[in-house]
Amino acid sequence: MSDQPIIVSASPHVHSDRTSQKLMYDVVIALIPAFLVSLYVFGINAMIATAAAVISCLLFEYLIQKYLMKTEVTIGDGSALITGILLAFNLPAGIPIWMIVMGSLVAIGVAKLSFGGLGFNIFNPALVGRVFLLISFPVQMTLWPTAVENNTTVVDAVTGATTLGLIKEGVQFGETMTEISAQLPSNMDMLLGITGGSLGEMSALALILGGLFLIIRKVITWHIPVTLLVTMAVLTGIFWWIDPEHYASPLIHLLSGGAILGAFFMATDLVTSPVTKKGMVVFAIGIGILTVVIRLFGSYPEGISFAILIMNAFVPLINTYFKPRRFGSKIKAKIV
Amino acid sequence: MLKTFPKGGVHPPENKLTSTKTIKRLPAPKVVYVPISQHIGIPAEIIVDRKDKVEIGQVIARSGGFVSSNIHAPVAGTVTKLDMIIDTSGYKKQCIVIRTDAKNESNFEEIDFPLKKEITLQPEEIVQRISDFGIVGLGGATFPSHVKLNIKEDRKLDCLIINGVECEPYLTADHRLMLEKTKEILVGIQILMHALRVDRAIIGIENNKKDAIEAFKTLSVQEPRIQVAALKVKYPQGGEKQLVRALLNREVPKNGLPLDVGVVVHNVGTVYAIYQAIQHNRPLMERVVTVTGKKLEKPSNFWVKIGTPIKDLVEEVGGIPEGTRKIVSGGPMMGKALKSTDVPVTKGTSGILVISEDEASRGEPKNCIRCGECVSVCPMGLEPHLLMNLSEKNMFEKAAQEDIMTCIECGSCSYVCPSHRPLLDYIRFGKNITKELQSKKV
Repeated sequence: MSDQPIIVSASPHVHSDRTSQKLMYDVVIALIPAFLVSLYVFGINAMIATAAAVISCLLFEYLIQKYLMKTEVTIGDGSALITGILLAFNLPAGIPIWMIVMGSLVAIGVAKLSFGGLGFNIFNPALVGRVFLLISFPVQMTLWPTAVENNTTVVDAVTGATTLGLIKEGVQFGETMTEISAQLPSNMDMLLGITGGSLGEMSALALILGGLFLIIRKVITWHIPVTLLVTMAVLTGIFWWIDPEHYASPLIHLLSGGAILGAFFMATDLVTSPVTKKGMVVFAIGIGILTVVIRLFGSYPEGISFAILIMNAFVPLINTYFKPRRFGSKIKAKIV
Repeated sequence: MLKTFPKGGVHPPENKLTSTKTIKRLPAPKVVYVPISQHIGIPAEIIVDRKDKVEIGQVIARSGGFVSSNIHAPVAGTVTKLDMIIDTSGYKKQCIVIRTDAKNESNFEEIDFPLKKEITLQPEEIVQRISDFGIVGLGGATFPSHVKLNIKEDRKLDCLIINGVECEPYLTADHRLMLEKTKEILVGIQILMHALRVDRAIIGIENNKKDAIEAFKTLSVQEPRIQVAALKVKYPQGGEKQLVRALLNREVPKNGLPLDVGVVVHNVGTVYAIYQAIQHNRPLMERVVTVTGKKLEKPSNFWVKIGTPIKDLVEEVGGIPEGTRKIVSGGPMMGKALKSTDVPVTKGTSGILVISEDEASRGEPKNCIRCGECVSVCPMGLEPHLLMNLSEKNMFEKAAQEDIMTCIECGSCSYVCPSHRPLLDYIRFGKNITKELQSKKV
């Protein structure tokens, strides 16, 4: 026998090869297609914004943990990296870097570490960062640079409105959907990502690809994204069916704004979503309803960030009331 | 579609290294150490003294109550000591030490008797013999078998289930036994059906043992009352409640027993021991043990006398390899880690697993990321992450409300947790305290 002591511990004595770190890096991999699309559309700006968000998130986590909380530094676990990427993905491409840094500070410092760090935060950190910026700097946060011709140059304020912004404005000015839709990008453009919007929400196709990767790798399950998108489609479909001149079609709603990014990457955040399948469905229905209500009747054109944050607050309640069915809690079969 | 239980479960690598290795008989050791508490329930009472000569199969410790069991001398020899030794539980237990008489032929005789099919005993006599001959559940739980066969008049019972699942990775003791003693096990099943007065029996076997399924199917053709069912490979398929649910679609009620849904479950190893007891008058003195591990020279299956020190078994397979960090009695999911190899084989020892450095240590526990994986793999529909937190914070009353006591300790939650949290450790702790609190209340 070797000199090292024998380990005596309780069972189980084997462990699956899943680690939280691997889960986190799978999410990063799943975000790559969407990042490539944003590089193609926004050029170097996408790179700068993403790098700024990632670096500042990691740096804030390091500094706060090391000097303020005086705890173990956990920047290697991949969670701050994801927060950085997702924050950048939720910002318009041309936003000043100092705003990105501020958003990162709120995301990491306020939304994550002040709650106790990874696993203890109630709200999705990246979304808290984004909503903080949206409320503090509404002008800069809604300047949407359009696709540039030369991918290497830094875009100036060549801006256009997003699909949802156009619809909201049009409806407010009393235009009909036929008039509005003349200004909208085609569905195909929205699918591929040749449209205005936040960095990462451009291409529905790239995001769905990443989402499928996460489902195949069993990082997330289908419950949240599918329920959320179906809820949105059904609700917007009902309004569109009643009055197609005032309401956009479900397809436009699903392909525009942050619907796909939110459904696959933001609402599915492990920490801030329910633990049971039943709970996930309830959670996703709630997000779907709130998103549609804000989009159709709120003052903001897009509401999925708010919807997710609001439902985040309900997660502890959902976990309490939607428990898995206990084995043997009702007798199923009778003895013959 | 193969049958299985509906919710939860995991797929650890099977690693059945010894599934093709014929069971070899290990010669009687020079000294055997026979603990008096090898079963669940009251320990047996020692009825021999130092320097007593004992014959093979003689009762050396008598059952201490209804839920208890007789212990028999596994060898003929002389009692040298009544000692306290550490057994597989890790605690010091009373134990009878017998020096094997090297001249006594009964210690070395071949005991492969010819098959005896005819059942001559009455049901009551069968149950009595099973009780007298010290037979306990050999699947690992070591629950005295006669207790499960003493069924009150008013209880309805319509099916006997034979557990041949062996869902623990690495272990092949039941698998080999099913292949090598198929006919005897079938007779054993008929004995049990006779004793229980039921007309239906199902043998449940996981689909990774296709040869055993085939063997039983071929041989059980003449006996239509016995069915053979292939089950999906999924841990913990061999859990009693999971098995009943998979085979009969009946759910054993919370805190209930299979009998509550008209079923009695016995392990194949137990059935073979019952066959030996009823047909050949052999008390339970030996069992099949798988000695396995990736680094072992020649992992094997053995017939081992109860009381044989585990180091004898390990010697037989080439000794403990360099870099070994853990020795487990049982399988990797539910087995107990041992402190030394001086521990003897008892009635519940289904395997010895030798684990090397790379797999022995646990990962550093990290924060719970609420991924819900423990919830989705729990076959009992519990929330392990919640139960751990409640136990950690001494909120045992709340933990009891959250059904902590229904945990079967299969370890699926700890197995999947991506943050390496010691979920089952805390749940066990919570269960123990809850049990204490509940017994104080009564």
